[in-house]
Amino acid sequence: MSNNNSYLSNYFHRNGRALGSIGYFVLLMVIFFIGAPEAWIRPNLHQSVFVMMPTLIFLTIPLVFLVASGEIDLSFASTYAVAAYVFALLVKNGVDPAICFVLGVFTGAAIGALVGTLIVVFRLSSLVASLGVLFLLRGVILLLTNSRSITIMEVENHWIYPLLVGNFYGFPMQIFWAAIFIIFCYYFFNKHVFGIHIQHVGDNSVSAEQMGINVNSVKIKAFMFVGIGSAIGGIFTTMITYTFFPTQGFGYLLLALAAVFVGGTPYWGGLGTIIGAVFGVGIIAYMEIGIIAIGWSGEWRQFFNGLIILLALLGHRLHGERVR
Amino acid sequence: MENIIELNEVTKRFGGITALNKASIKVTKGEVVGLIGDNGAGKSTLIKTLVGVYSPDEGDILIRGEKVNAWNALKARESGIETVFQDRALTPQQSIVKNIFMGKELRYPFGFIKEKEQIFEANRLIREIGFTSKLINAESPVGNLSGGERQGVAIARAIYNNAELIVLDEPTNNLSLNETQKVFDFVLNVKKSNRSVLFIGHNIYHVYDISDRFVILDRGEVVHQLNKNDISTPEELMKIMRETIRTH
Repeated sequence: MSNNNSYLSNYFHRNGRALGSIGYFVLLMVIFFIGAPEAWIRPNLHQSVFVMMPTLIFLTIPLVFLVASGEIDLSFASTYAVAAYVFALLVKNGVDPAICFVLGVFTGAAIGALVGTLIVVFRLSSLVASLGVLFLLRGVILLLTNSRSITIMEVENHWIYPLLVGNFYGFPMQIFWAAIFIIFCYYFFNKHVFGIHIQHVGDNSVSAEQMGINVNSVKIKAFMFVGIGSAIGGIFTTMITYTFFPTQGFGYLLLALAAVFVGGTPYWGGLGTIIGAVFGVGIIAYMEIGIIAIGWSGEWRQFFNGLIILLALLGHRLHGERVR
Repeated sequence: MENIIELNEVTKRFGGITALNKASIKVTKGEVVGLIGDNGAGKSTLIKTLVGVYSPDEGDILIRGEKVNAWNALKARESGIETVFQDRALTPQQSIVKNIFMGKELRYPFGFIKEKEQIFEANRLIREIGFTSKLINAESPVGNLSGGERQGVAIARAIYNNAELIVLDEPTNNLSLNETQKVFDFVLNVKKSNRSVLFIGHNIYHVYDISDRFVILDRGEVVHQLNKNDISTPEELMKIMRETIRTH
């Protein structure tokens, strides 16, 4: 019996937060279903959620790694645009879009590395420093583009388009890429040295250092991963709409952060849940679209987003406070 | 008996201050040595020299009878000397198994972790050093453990790292009687496995209970060494300590 108890208690320690956000998601679905069953049954509601979700997933899940390492990054919303800009500009200049994609992702990684190094080496507050970078990079983009968008219809005829964002029996391809990304990140976070070291570093960086983990390197890599995720999200969106907008990504800033915390990853570091974050994304994406679907006006969206963040925080609190 | 480590007339100075003055100490295989002395007696400098954080200004360090040059922390660990410092270097939100393998995970190619092997090994280690509660297994979070049990996790990690000598720096500080007893049980299990322990403490009763031999330190010098057989009560040890320090 007691063996059974310890198994259960360990299971809840590992999965309680993810289960919490799954619970919230189910609750939200039930409310929408009761509120507007005919809208909920229509497939186009879910289709529009599926279009939005992959981008949010590429942004949110790397943030789980970073938050678990004890840091935060706001600049990802601008990295998203910088990487997309590099991609669009190169495509426009006749470079092969596949190469442009790779270079765009590299740009994201490089920005992440720079932001991470800045924060780790100079021991800056990651919240404030990344806020600075958020504005700085956005400013650079607006100056470089003169606030003009770039249209890249030429990607449509390249093989990369159907592969990355095409249509597969009615489903947008980016859903499959997002699914692969989720599976990869699940193992990367829970079963790989990188994820495990991130959890140690975020839990107690002094202990991690004493046991031979290179804390700075782990943190910088986490920032790079956020940069890579943002770049993929930005480039995907640019391809889907055939257009780079200089303001793109800003709207995702708060949504992606909300998805991390609604998903059950605590802000204090050391813990994180990939599965929880996926449902956190689901909650945020359905909230964005569902409110309209059940016939309420768009003005309610932010109100409910705020409400669900607070409710989620209160709910996850039941799961326990930080142990020291 | 084989000497695991021997410090021979070791001197360590910081600026004009002599923190260790021709201190000699040895630890043989399978024994528990208690290091006692007042605050500022040089216990901390002696341990840090022993585990390679400081290298001595004068004197020799011998590992299993062989003199070692350019003594440092890496050489100490390679020689099987592991330290459990007061803060224990644990990450409390993580499981016991993750803590035992922290920084030295068993890996498949590409950095994926051999989770099953780690859990098996961690369960074996914590049973070996004396965790008996069925409520605790390798996957329990360290944050759910008591102070004494956390000390046990740190000791289990030292054993996993092939320690032959485990240096415990004030392991019973701030622990209740019950918890102190747990730490003693862990130490006795370490001794049973023919490993050695250097036990540092300023509670004479704790040091007396657990040690086979005592080393008394005062103002950077080893002023007295005696075996447990030479005395019969902790009060006697306390008296000897007071007298040697007064006359020193």
